[in-house]
Amino acid sequence: MLEQLSNLDGISGREDSVRSYLLECLKEAPLETSVDTMGNLLVRKGKTVQKPLMISAHMDEVGLMITSIDKKGMLNFNPVGGIDSRVLPGTRVRFGDACKPGVIGVKPIHLQKAEEQEKPFDPETLYIDGGFSSEAEACRHAKVGDYAAFDIDCISFGADCYRGKAFDDRAGCLILLKLLLEDNGLNFSAAFTVQEEVGTRGAIIAANHLKPRFALVVETTAAADTPDNENKQAGTVLGDGPAISIMDRTLMVSRRMREGLVALAEKRALPYHYRRFTGAGTEGGAIALSGEGVQTAVVSVPCRYIHSPNSVISRRDIDNTMSLVRAWLEKHQ
Amino acid sequence: MNDQTLVDIVKDLTSISGISGHESAAVERAATYFGKYCDKMKLDRFGNLVAMKKADRVDENRIIIALVAHIDEIGALVTSVEKGGFLRFTPVGGIDPRVLPGQAVVVHGKDNYDGVIGATAPHLLTDQESKKTVPIEKLFIDTGYSFDFVNAHIKVGDPVSLGRKTCYMEEGHMITGKALDNRAGVASLILCAAELGGLHHQADVCFIASLQEEVGLRGAITAAYGLNPDLAVAVDVTHGDVAGVDEKYTFKPGQGPVIAVGPNFHPVLSEELQHIAGEYNLSRQLEAIPGNSHTDAWAIQVSREGTPTGLVSIPLRYMHSTVEMVAVSDLISTGRLLAWLISGMNSSFIGRLKGC
Amino acid sequence: MAIEETLKKLAEAYGPSGEEEEVRLLIKEEIGSAVDQMYEDTFGNLYAIRNGGAGRIMISAHMDEIGIIITDIDDRGFLRLAPLGGISPRLMVGQRLRFRDGTIGTVYHEKLNSWKDLDWPKLYVDVGFSSSDSRKYPVKIGDLACLAQPFVKQHNGRFMAKSMDDRAGCAVLIEVIKQLSGSLPHEVCFLFSAQEELGLRGAKTAAYRYDPDYGLAVDVTLVGDTPEAPTMAVSLGKGPAIKVRDNSLFCHPRIRQLICDTAEKNSIPYQLEVLTRGGTDAGAIHVTREGVPSGAISIPCRYVHSASEIIDGKDLKLTVLLVEKLLQGLWPQIGGSNLQ
Repeated sequence: MLEQLSNLDGISGREDSVRSYLLECLKEAPLETSVDTMGNLLVRKGKTVQKPLMISAHMDEVGLMITSIDKKGMLNFNPVGGIDSRVLPGTRVRFGDACKPGVIGVKPIHLQKAEEQEKPFDPETLYIDGGFSSEAEACRHAKVGDYAAFDIDCISFGADCYRGKAFDDRAGCLILLKLLLEDNGLNFSAAFTVQEEVGTRGAIIAANHLKPRFALVVETTAAADTPDNENKQAGTVLGDGPAISIMDRTLMVSRRMREGLVALAEKRALPYHYRRFTGAGTEGGAIALSGEGVQTAVVSVPCRYIHSPNSVISRRDIDNTMSLVRAWLEKHQ
Repeated sequence: MNDQTLVDIVKDLTSISGISGHESAAVERAATYFGKYCDKMKLDRFGNLVAMKKADRVDENRIIIALVAHIDEIGALVTSVEKGGFLRFTPVGGIDPRVLPGQAVVVHGKDNYDGVIGATAPHLLTDQESKKTVPIEKLFIDTGYSFDFVNAHIKVGDPVSLGRKTCYMEEGHMITGKALDNRAGVASLILCAAELGGLHHQADVCFIASLQEEVGLRGAITAAYGLNPDLAVAVDVTHGDVAGVDEKYTFKPGQGPVIAVGPNFHPVLSEELQHIAGEYNLSRQLEAIPGNSHTDAWAIQVSREGTPTGLVSIPLRYMHSTVEMVAVSDLISTGRLLAWLISGMNSSFIGRLKGC
Repeated sequence: MAIEETLKKLAEAYGPSGEEEEVRLLIKEEIGSAVDQMYEDTFGNLYAIRNGGAGRIMISAHMDEIGIIITDIDDRGFLRLAPLGGISPRLMVGQRLRFRDGTIGTVYHEKLNSWKDLDWPKLYVDVGFSSSDSRKYPVKIGDLACLAQPFVKQHNGRFMAKSMDDRAGCAVLIEVIKQLSGSLPHEVCFLFSAQEELGLRGAKTAAYRYDPDYGLAVDVTLVGDTPEAPTMAVSLGKGPAIKVRDNSLFCHPRIRQLICDTAEKNSIPYQLEVLTRGGTDAGAIHVTREGVPSGAISIPCRYVHSASEIIDGKDLKLTVLLVEKLLQGLWPQIGGSNLQ
């Protein structure tokens, strides 16, 4: 299922295909689903309660948006969400509703001066080449506002991993989906949110709608267990299990919530570690500050090369994260 | 409403000072224009102007549409009165300090006093000095009055507006002046209200002149909460073409309003705006905004349980200067586009916006 | 003076953003019997209500102070840290920190090629522990710490401490609560807010919950009376500062006028404050729901967000008086109004 979820294209603002897939998966189950005006998919499992338990994961991924078509038929773009432009040169995308292939071409090395390679390609000079021979032809197949996703197929990788795009946050969506479908007798509301990558937007109105008592955000977070990583203390480690947040840019996780998660992990003998990085935002802040305030925590699956065409994630970490989320739900019933 | 009337309205609206946080005079003036075409007008708790034109034919369900244009302009506040009667100031909204030396201003103290942001004469500058930008902290305002007079009539915190008389550029059918960001938007809404007089509409329309957009979309946040409309369209300005900036980042004045698409906007609404423009043969341009649009639309979209939002922008050259320029035809087209959108609005369209 | 004692207790208490418990308990002890109702929320905000006539005023001072959070512990017992709120890494070198359990540590830096390289990843905390068994550490990942400096009374009635921002505001509210007698024209909610330094967070949800008609923040503000200070027409010893604007709000002109009028009527000297950066709880309160007309009164303070913030005792007392008189008076009707 992770492969299918990863391969769907759902960039912030156009999460339709992910939502349709989830609705399809959920349709036979005894669950109540609704979609709000921004496109959040809210699913209730079990009894209706006034102030439900909320778990959330975002459906959207980072990608590109076509902003104009130039006289030669090349497609100019802007990133949607935070992308390090250095991962773009030499990559292939699929754009528009018809998912047509396009490439972000580069000046060949043969034609470069030696010094050029020391500096990254200027992001303003990058564009998508759809193979069109004129502006008119390009306009027939692409339009301003079209999205372009990384053209990547998800595969099994190494002993226990996957390689693919958009594990941020399809891995979280997978966890929510499985918890909704399994026969666990739990009562909670799951929010598959939109537009997290452009400012945790969907979560704001989802929280206003659900008015939860407690909330747990299920995310992925950058793993930094790779060579020469100066920021080792900032990252998480693949294989070390779910990363429990202490604080991020939008949210201070209360000691009680944080220690509660640690205690649960220890009681169930689950591996876990801390997300020690205190920067970067998650939906946690938007939910915690909604209405009269919500006690909120964040757990994340470590993920290498996040926000790039090919990320790497561990199957066991996903499973262990799901176990921790399940334990949290059980505890708060 | 003919073109000349619209030009006069823009000239009038831009002649009033209304910097962020100090918009009441501008709001009052805008109210006199909206008042001609609307049934009810009020100031909400935050001070936003809400002018309502009721539906003339009510559908089964009441529909409320908000059209929002921010009325505040950039300016400054006095931060201290110094020896010689010179004033230091801090900007309100984003101002490039390089447009300020030699700029005329009006200081609003006990009365309105003309002033100028001093610029050292070239004869007195060293070569080195003339190559550097003077930062805002080192700029000052000269009112021509003595320290004693200034001290008695102007105090810390008094607002300062930029001075420029709006003028019409006949050949190009353009208007230039200060505060066209976003009095041009407000004027378009006035024109829209006028046009609606000749059309049927099933929706109640609330024209909102919002406050404090330039400092954090604050009026829009509270207006959206209070009104809770079924949908909202913000009208603002976007960048017109300028030398030195790649064309892919700008739009041409005179080629029609710019309809925005992207995550900040409901796709059905963006699509409908384009569809209507096509139906009425209106020139328009398209802007893909991949994230925060930095307009009132960003605040409105996530109010309460979500409000479907759209954005129509008027191409404007030299934004946040006193020589801003817009094309009159774009203001007219914007107003008409919105009037046609509203006249076609009904419950089934609103239904398409929910649970997209 | 009594307020000095209260201020000293508060200023020396431990209360970095997110862990304001110690401060909250102190405040509750001080005001418990002098208010009609008191409750807390899950964020940690403390609401203290004094009944009154129609109309509700929310007056806020924040309990939290800037501090740090521990992000990592190495196998030699050195701790890594990240900021809570607007605290500068330059401030930390050689500084002492206090953890919740009383442990005191110091901060130092790794080898630097130049001072320009000084940033959080280059700093660490030494709590004097060197054991390699992490379970013996008194401090854990996720623990918070605040600056450790005693409260000092200087010449000319000046007070210096590490958290004048905003224990001075809290002390003002406590003193007002104690001195305010008789029936009040409006109901007043004294909000002792949490997590202001992280982005006005407590006040946002508290204002939504209490739904006031008016908002007022009592916080500290910067001054311009030190060598080569950035332009600021506020000085120590010249009375409370009445805020015109900061980055989080433009104070409602009629609220500002009310405060100025009250000051003038009661011969309280005051200054006008235009703060070019920074924000305060009123910034969150004023855009709640349909909007809440709000203002702010600030206590002038030198070296804000350092370990040695200095205020003038005279300004403190005058602020108490000003707030007291404000709450005893009638506030103007500011609501939506119909035109035409």
